[in-house]
Amino acid sequence: MKTILTAAVLSTLASGALAAGHCAAGKTLTDGTLTIATGNPAYYPWVLNDAPEAGEGFEAAVAYALAEEMGFAAEDVTWVRTSFDEAIQPGAKNFDLNMQQYSITEDRDKVVDFSSPYYTAPQAVLTTKAIVDGGATATMESLKVLKWGVVASATALPIVMEVIEPDASPLVYDDNANVTAAIQAGQIDAALFDLPTALYLSAVVVEGGAILGQFDPAAAENPDQFGMLMPEGSELKACVDEALAAMTESGKLAEIEAQWLQEATGVPLIR
Amino acid sequence: MIAGVSTLIVLALVIVLVPLAPGWEAVRASFFDGEVFVRVFPDLLRAFLLDVAIFAWSVPMIFAMGLAIALARGNTNPALFPLRIFGAVYVDLFRGIPVVLLVYLVGFGIPGLGLSRPWNSPYIWGTVALVLTYSAYVAEVLRSGIESIHASQRNAAICLGLSERDTMRFVILPQAIRRVVPANMNMLVALQKDVALLSFIGPVEILRQAGIFKSLLANFTPYVVAAVIFLCVTVPATRYADYLLNRDRNARS
Repeated sequence: MKTILTAAVLSTLASGALAAGHCAAGKTLTDGTLTIATGNPAYYPWVLNDAPEAGEGFEAAVAYALAEEMGFAAEDVTWVRTSFDEAIQPGAKNFDLNMQQYSITEDRDKVVDFSSPYYTAPQAVLTTKAIVDGGATATMESLKVLKWGVVASATALPIVMEVIEPDASPLVYDDNANVTAAIQAGQIDAALFDLPTALYLSAVVVEGGAILGQFDPAAAENPDQFGMLMPEGSELKACVDEALAAMTESGKLAEIEAQWLQEATGVPLIR
Repeated sequence: MIAGVSTLIVLALVIVLVPLAPGWEAVRASFFDGEVFVRVFPDLLRAFLLDVAIFAWSVPMIFAMGLAIALARGNTNPALFPLRIFGAVYVDLFRGIPVVLLVYLVGFGIPGLGLSRPWNSPYIWGTVALVLTYSAYVAEVLRSGIESIHASQRNAAICLGLSERDTMRFVILPQAIRRVVPANMNMLVALQKDVALLSFIGPVEILRQAGIFKSLLANFTPYVVAAVIFLCVTVPATRYADYLLNRDRNARS
């Protein structure tokens, strides 16, 4: 018992020392602490129960694994909440890393820094059973005649406009909740989300929800890759990329993905 | 002379001092990026046409509804007392609810009851939300106009043998409406901006289009462009309202 206690005390003491010796030392907002931002609210399956501190959910789990890789103990991780706008506004930021399914794009990269991707998201079509019963199928011709809705802050809109090219112009909303409200109200037939989000919405939020199909991420011209957002010119970027590379190498990242995003398999591809 | 000099000094201070702020470069890059400005301007202008269209079809409905409510509130016939109550409740209710809330409630709520296309369109129900709110305001403006007409006018009309209805129509209303034109112009300027709230329930008008660009480019310049386009319409409208107000004041004095 005594040895365990001593070991625990030692490891707590060591965590500070570890951080000091690691490349992240002195590069975080508060020395010895990694401040990570997520959305408000944070959504399943990225963060479970809107409680990232629990480390449950894909992004929460990745965050803690990354922190460990970078030499931070779990208790040295602090969470804050930001909106998309707060993340890109000029001026000082209140986070070291911001993780809320930010798609890496060239234009965004001019204003902020992104880590190397931690997840490649297939885009999936969320609709309702009524629409599927009405004859909608996972083919481009069928998708074109649907009335589409998307979230403004996501990369889904360019995909709808350029890949699907629907007959009627899509409606655009602020967040997931408004899109599902519009589906429920029958104002739109279908919406495009990354697959894990679409699965959650169809199973839990949208009454009679259904997944029509997913776009093959390997076939996409610009696959939708999520990166951790950092302030432009962040000194931490090299450390984060290094840690992510180590996690990919060791299979840790794939393991977390399998644990939290396993349902993603078995959804038909759109042809 | 003094006014001119002091204005110049203030302007010069702003132009010289603001860029000296340490964060100015970052702010300039994310709010005033010339390249982004040029790139998004045509699309935003096109999106603004939707705002203008929504505005154009809302205004006649707002004034018709506003007039109806004003008359309902102003009637003195005891048999029509329920109508008075209705008018009062309508104004209290819709003037008291924030427009955004009403847009959400009506825009998602009523179609959610099971209406089928095209009757569940966000354009229809968004417009209804705007009409409900603004007609409540306009009704109060018109009612104050009607009440500002001196009682002698009504008495004179009755002496001339005009019916209650004709008195209102030919004597009271023409004067009352003219008197509240400036106040109603203010309503129109406010409405022109609130039309953008319809973007919350789906339509891609200028505010939403700017938001899309902001998200794609991670830059706030599109919002500045949208603000400029709005100003191009609202500033002349406000000046015109001022002009009407002044003319009205001069005519009365």
